[in-house]
Amino acid sequence: MHDTYLGLAAFAQTGGLILFVVAFLLVVAYAFWPSKKRKKEFDDAANIPLKED
Amino acid sequence: MTTLQAPIQPPAKSLRWGEGALIGVFSLFALFSIVVAAKAYTPEYAFHAYLFAAASIASVFAIGNRYMNRPAGAVPQFIDGKPNYNMGVVKFGTVAAVIWGIAGFLVGVIAALQLAFPIVNLDLPWISFGRLRPLHTSAVIFAFGGNVLLATSFYVVQRTSRARLAGDLAPWFVMLGYNFFIVIAGTGYLLGITQGKEYAEPEWYSDLFLTVVWVTYLLVFLVTLLKRNEPHIYVANWFYLAFIITIAVLHLGNNATIPVSVFSPKSYILWSGVQDAMFQWWYGHNAVGFFLTAGFLALMYYFIPKRAERPVYSYRLSIVHFWALIFIYIWAGPHHLHYTALPDWAQTLGMTFSVILWMPSWGGMINGLMTLSGAWDKLRTDPVIRMMVVAVAFYGMSTFEGPMMSVKAVNSLSHYTEWTIGHVHSGALGWVAYISFGAIYCLVPWLWNKREMYSVKAINWHFWVSTLGIVLYISSMWVAGILQGLMWRAYTQLGFLEYSFIETVEAMHPLYVIRALGGILFLTGALIMAWNVWKTITTPQTAAERELALQAAE
Repeated sequence: MHDTYLGLAAFAQTGGLILFVVAFLLVVAYAFWPSKKRKKEFDDAANIPLKED
Repeated sequence: MTTLQAPIQPPAKSLRWGEGALIGVFSLFALFSIVVAAKAYTPEYAFHAYLFAAASIASVFAIGNRYMNRPAGAVPQFIDGKPNYNMGVVKFGTVAAVIWGIAGFLVGVIAALQLAFPIVNLDLPWISFGRLRPLHTSAVIFAFGGNVLLATSFYVVQRTSRARLAGDLAPWFVMLGYNFFIVIAGTGYLLGITQGKEYAEPEWYSDLFLTVVWVTYLLVFLVTLLKRNEPHIYVANWFYLAFIITIAVLHLGNNATIPVSVFSPKSYILWSGVQDAMFQWWYGHNAVGFFLTAGFLALMYYFIPKRAERPVYSYRLSIVHFWALIFIYIWAGPHHLHYTALPDWAQTLGMTFSVILWMPSWGGMINGLMTLSGAWDKLRTDPVIRMMVVAVAFYGMSTFEGPMMSVKAVNSLSHYTEWTIGHVHSGALGWVAYISFGAIYCLVPWLWNKREMYSVKAINWHFWVSTLGIVLYISSMWVAGILQGLMWRAYTQLGFLEYSFIETVEAMHPLYVIRALGGILFLTGALIMAWNVWKTITTPQTAAERELALQAAE
């Protein structure tokens, strides 16, 4: 039990931390990357509620 | 000349697979419930088993009746090129939210009066404060808030996916099953059935039933997204999805119990000691984070742009807002266990993540508020927009106050005092209830094809009466909490505690009375809304108005 705890804690404080930080930075990069194509995608998505059928 | 022509036969009607299966399942479950009721250890549990039996039998009849009255063919997904939206469940959820809201606020007022005037307990066990308190919290969070989330999520996912809600009976099973769970939970509290975990009071059998309902909810939502006719999944749906999935995980984790017997309402949890406490507050805080925040942020991202008739201020920011909440919220729970047996590092972790959480919260608030840029005049002219914008402002305020209170030094003063109650209500009344009221005021005319609510003036009255109520509530609780905290930690020169417990209670009495008054005002506002909703639905429109409503809906 104690070993399991130590093993999990060691991973959480190193690999797990790096994994989550990198994953989050990727999200930020995806959202804010200056790209004409993505800007259009985001504009289209933002207008979904305003489109009427 | 006569030719024999076969009369055109309507397609033969047959029981759908789901209808047949559900009739079978409910019949068996009714039988099982009656057996459990007969052998139950306690009369309260027998009562619940009978309720399950009655609901199962009613479901069999409801499905049978629906079969007799429905057309033979499959429900068309499109009519005249437009999605054939399923709005029946949405209507049910909207009305249920209004009714549960009134019930929950009323119980809150009674509980507040009990604290100010203990005689209101009436010496009856069923309505003593200890039982009414969970009834109040569950009624406002799960019954009022839950129905708002169910109704709006079913509305928003259909409209932003341009697709009919998935499932035939499944959406109704979710809606009715969830409300039945509320009835079981609420009557259980009054009869003394509880597992004593805050916001997770229902016992094992209600928890199992809710699990079935919730998984069905997830499937209905997911399959509707899968058959969408839009390339993108609109950001509000991401928030709803996070809410549904996380609540499922939290519910399972915090209710991992083993019942004493199938004939007993009592169960024991697998976790023990401080692990159990940590599980409870991991659940408790993320119920705030994913039920009361993520779910209602979905409302913000749909109803504010829709009502203001302009897209959300920054779609990029909304993506970062979403993922930042997901990454950070889940770690904040330990701040409920400062200065307890929980390891110090876990407390510090909870505190740190709570403070970091301030950033995405304010990012989201700015995104909601700035959606109105260029249309600020609507704040003056449209009380519904005003209600939702004030909700977002309260979101900003309570997400600043929360991180501050999670700092250990502040928490040593605020914890276990009325300050916490004040903080919760600035979030619950100011943010959750106001964004819900705004959504209800939008939804009711849309769903019942009316141009506007019956009385816009009454919306204004609701807004001002309730706002005054919130101000009285939270300011009295701030003062009461800090007073209480300071009195608890006051020492005399000889090192003795300066005040006895009862002296702190006495000092807070006037503030309790002001709080009850605030609650009464808030309830009054909700009653005005209920009247307005009732009049909007039942007042027939003139032909000209109907024409305008149809144009507005298109």
